[in-house]
Amino acid sequence: MEQAQRGQVGQQHPISLYLWIWLLLFVLSTMSYLVDYFHLQGYLRWTLIIVFMLLKAGLIVAIFMHMAWERLALKFAILVPPLCLLVLIGMMAIEGDYTLLTRLATFLK
Amino acid sequence: MSHDTLSTAAVPVTAAAGLRGVVSDWSADKQAFPVPWGKAMMWIFLLSDTFIFSCFLTAYMNVRISTTATWPDPSKVFALQIGGQSVPLLLIAIMTFILITSSGTMAMAVNFGYRRDRARTTALMLATAALGASFVGMQAFEWTHLIVDEGVRPWSNPMGAAQFGSSFFMITGFHGAHVSAGVIYLSIVARKVWRGDYERKGSYEIVEIAGLYWHFVDLVWVFIFALFYLW
Repeated sequence: MEQAQRGQVGQQHPISLYLWIWLLLFVLSTMSYLVDYFHLQGYLRWTLIIVFMLLKAGLIVAIFMHMAWERLALKFAILVPPLCLLVLIGMMAIEGDYTLLTRLATFLK
Repeated sequence: MSHDTLSTAAVPVTAAAGLRGVVSDWSADKQAFPVPWGKAMMWIFLLSDTFIFSCFLTAYMNVRISTTATWPDPSKVFALQIGGQSVPLLLIAIMTFILITSSGTMAMAVNFGYRRDRARTTALMLATAALGASFVGMQAFEWTHLIVDEGVRPWSNPMGAAQFGSSFFMITGFHGAHVSAGVIYLSIVARKVWRGDYERKGSYEIVEIAGLYWHFVDLVWVFIFALFYLW
């Protein structure tokens, strides 16, 4: 009795769901590989790479890691803190540009 | 151990949903996350690991922006010669597919674990570990090729910006260490599943917790693949 109850606590989803996600991840990886294979350049390349990357990451976290079925309190606790990283990325991008300009102005006169 | 009573603190049937649920989960005088404590701790560990890998990738972005030398073209650096033809990023693509496949087998292992199918859970976990080991093997091959044939060092390389080597070894090395640790971790848990440890304990949540770690390793590779190899 206790075991039967316990069994329902864990995540239970049909195997076909995982196979579908697996297939989707394969397709998305192939598409991002093709971006490189066909030498797409510029904003089109970067947009496609980022879109495929975020879609794959979303599928892995939501389905494989079962985040989609967790309570909102856990989702927030885990998914909101990484947003701070956007600040770090923004600052480091600005700093990188500044370093490049300094180097160009100082060393390549 | 009183672990069992704690870990199965299920969500009350009347638990509020949505934002109201967040407030009541965090403010009520009870356990904040209605999941096994091991699972909550694994998530928090993975959150900290997210920050570590993000720091590496941000550092890579910073040095790549700021260098005046040309960045080596990963598409050419990681090309493989097949029948006299150069196929860009072939090995990396294969490694990506292997890691995704291992994530798929792991997800199914978790599922069979909760169905108390010991044989299938063990087999799928061992398959996951084997795929992970082959990933590490290919990475070793790639590193050897880069160090011995291409002359890439952490401080210099013949193709362009010196920062390429340090970024590459740092990022893929740390990821490879995670995969290696995961292979050992999964093998140990698979052995315990096979011995029936979790059958006696009455809970297969450890399989799901190990799965979380493994999916995270795959998740990090998604970002490395996109930002380092494809950019």
